[in-house]
Amino acid sequence: MNVVAEDLPEHGSGFPGPWRLAWRRLRYDRLAMVSLAVVAFFIALMALSWTGWLAADWGREVGVSHAPPGLIGPDAASPAVQHGGAPAGGIQPDDSGVVDPLGEVLARIRSGAAGAADDGGVVDPLAGVLAEIRARAGAAQAGGAMRAATLPFGGDKWGRDVLSKVIKGTETSLFVGLSAALLATFLGTVFGAFAGYHGRRVDDFLNWFYSVFTSVPYLLLILAIAAVLSQKGTVTVVLILGLTGWTGIFRLVRAEYMKHKVREYVQAADAIGASHARRMFVHILPNISHVVLVQLSLHVVLFIKSEVVLSFLGFGVGVDTVSWGSMLNEAQSELLLGKWWQLAAATAAMAVLVTSFSLLTDALRDALDPKLK
Amino acid sequence: MPAYILRRLWQMLPTLLGVVLLVFFLFNWVGGDPAYLLAGKISNPAQIESIRRQLGVDQPVYVQIWIFIQQIATGDFGVSWATNERVAEIFATRLGPSLTVLVPMLVIDTLIALAAAMLVAYLRGSLTDRIVMIGCTVGQSVSILVYIIVLQYLLAYQLGWFPVQGWGAGLAENLLVYSLLPVIVGVLVSIAPDTRLYRSFFLDEIGHDYVRTARAKGMTEMRVMWVHVLRNASIPIITNVMIQLPGLLAGAFLIERFFSIPGIGREVILAVERSDFPVIKAVTVYVAIATMIINLLADLLYKAVDPRVQLK
Repeated sequence: MNVVAEDLPEHGSGFPGPWRLAWRRLRYDRLAMVSLAVVAFFIALMALSWTGWLAADWGREVGVSHAPPGLIGPDAASPAVQHGGAPAGGIQPDDSGVVDPLGEVLARIRSGAAGAADDGGVVDPLAGVLAEIRARAGAAQAGGAMRAATLPFGGDKWGRDVLSKVIKGTETSLFVGLSAALLATFLGTVFGAFAGYHGRRVDDFLNWFYSVFTSVPYLLLILAIAAVLSQKGTVTVVLILGLTGWTGIFRLVRAEYMKHKVREYVQAADAIGASHARRMFVHILPNISHVVLVQLSLHVVLFIKSEVVLSFLGFGVGVDTVSWGSMLNEAQSELLLGKWWQLAAATAAMAVLVTSFSLLTDALRDALDPKLK
Repeated sequence: MPAYILRRLWQMLPTLLGVVLLVFFLFNWVGGDPAYLLAGKISNPAQIESIRRQLGVDQPVYVQIWIFIQQIATGDFGVSWATNERVAEIFATRLGPSLTVLVPMLVIDTLIALAAAMLVAYLRGSLTDRIVMIGCTVGQSVSILVYIIVLQYLLAYQLGWFPVQGWGAGLAENLLVYSLLPVIVGVLVSIAPDTRLYRSFFLDEIGHDYVRTARAKGMTEMRVMWVHVLRNASIPIITNVMIQLPGLLAGAFLIERFFSIPGIGREVILAVERSDFPVIKAVTVYVAIATMIINLLADLLYKAVDPRVQLK
């Protein structure tokens, strides 16, 4: 939301513009400024993680399996480490431990196709992945002695650092939330602008479209689309959430356009020969942009929550991506073993971000529309 | 009134047609050829062809849509692809458990949220108000998953106050034993957003002149708040409760899944996991119809609570 500050138009005279007034109101709200700082921190975290400066090696198994949180170091109460890093009950991947799940089937298919000229053209589709896993397992074994008994924020089942996973999960969840919200806001604003500005046929059609989308409950619609797409990935989640989540914004923007299109400044724009598109997006849009901004912020929170649920259920991001949802999924079974730290870390990160974002949204609404209250 | 209801029902048809087209397009085009899904990974062209004929996928599009509309009208969606159970049968048996959890959840949540919202709206600006509001914001930002996982672990697994999961045979047993913890979790999750919302509805009313008049007449604060303000704030409250209904029916799937309650929500998740299209299609269409009817009921309720409302 720093954009608000930087995009301020330069006013030569002493008369402050509406954005500057809003920013001034926002600055006096101490809670809002703290929330803004927290949100900015998370966005910075996302950017650093995305560029690979942070948590790039989240997949490395740096600690023992389920390493408890603590800063004490390897010498405390864990004899397993001195014995070369194989903790009791832990999973120690080694070369022989990595089994090709398709090996048996492939062998059978190949023997069936033995009569053919070549080996039946049956190629193990997992060969590449397995080679990589085995190489990594070998490396892990070489560094096995280096595994830490405790990690600052604990480790997961494979001994991966929970802190790195949370940072990586922040990247995924925040990216999904932000881009899905941008997509939904864009669709809602464009549809709402056309419906509200043109009215009549266009309005009827878009309203029909709206009522179709809203008559199916939100989560059910998302699940139905997830069932159909059956192809996981970050982009898929963004598309699912963005393409279904525009309805609330549409309704608000449409109402604003209906209100604004009869105002004098729009008539004046008509008089100087501005085209419909120009009146819609150059003249009216800036005057309702505060509504859009608040909605954008609101939807980021909504989509972050939805992404967590989707990924938890396994319909969200792919298996090789960490998100808070997939972390919660792992944490569910860990909790039964008494390993609470992954659950705590994912929950805390999400709660802090979502709380700050919600508080910031409330403050934005107050600052941008002082007539409320 | 009957004319109004008839007209509203008539107006539902285009929306319903839209939902039918949306679901049809989604499952038959975006989802790819269902015959391949059904036949599995290894199959020969002849098998695919026969499945296509069985499903009617080889027919022209308008014939397929007509078949789909007939299915909706007759309620006969055929059998589940995964279990071969009749889809209508699945609905009939899963609705009961869902309602056993949802009805108490909605009633308790609404009552508690109304009381809490009334209190903080009355004390607006005070420390209590601020603490409750911040508590609601924080409570709202914790994922529903965390509530379920932690409460199930603490109250059921560790303390043993409730069964961890499961479902019994009789209504009394289900209501008093198995649905208790799910209802508690559901109420805890929905109480924070509802309290915030109802508080804003009450705040809209509290500044009006009729409130001052009521106080001037010497009414007790209880009567002013619970009779005068509540009745005037009831239209948005009814809207909110009614809006939640259809979503709850399918949306309580997380709770149903965690607590192994054989309800509609769990069925939806199973169907999505198994690509069981007939079940998902049927749920989507019927929940959409339910939503439209609930919207109509909400409008009729407005008239009942506020005679000034004009139904047009």
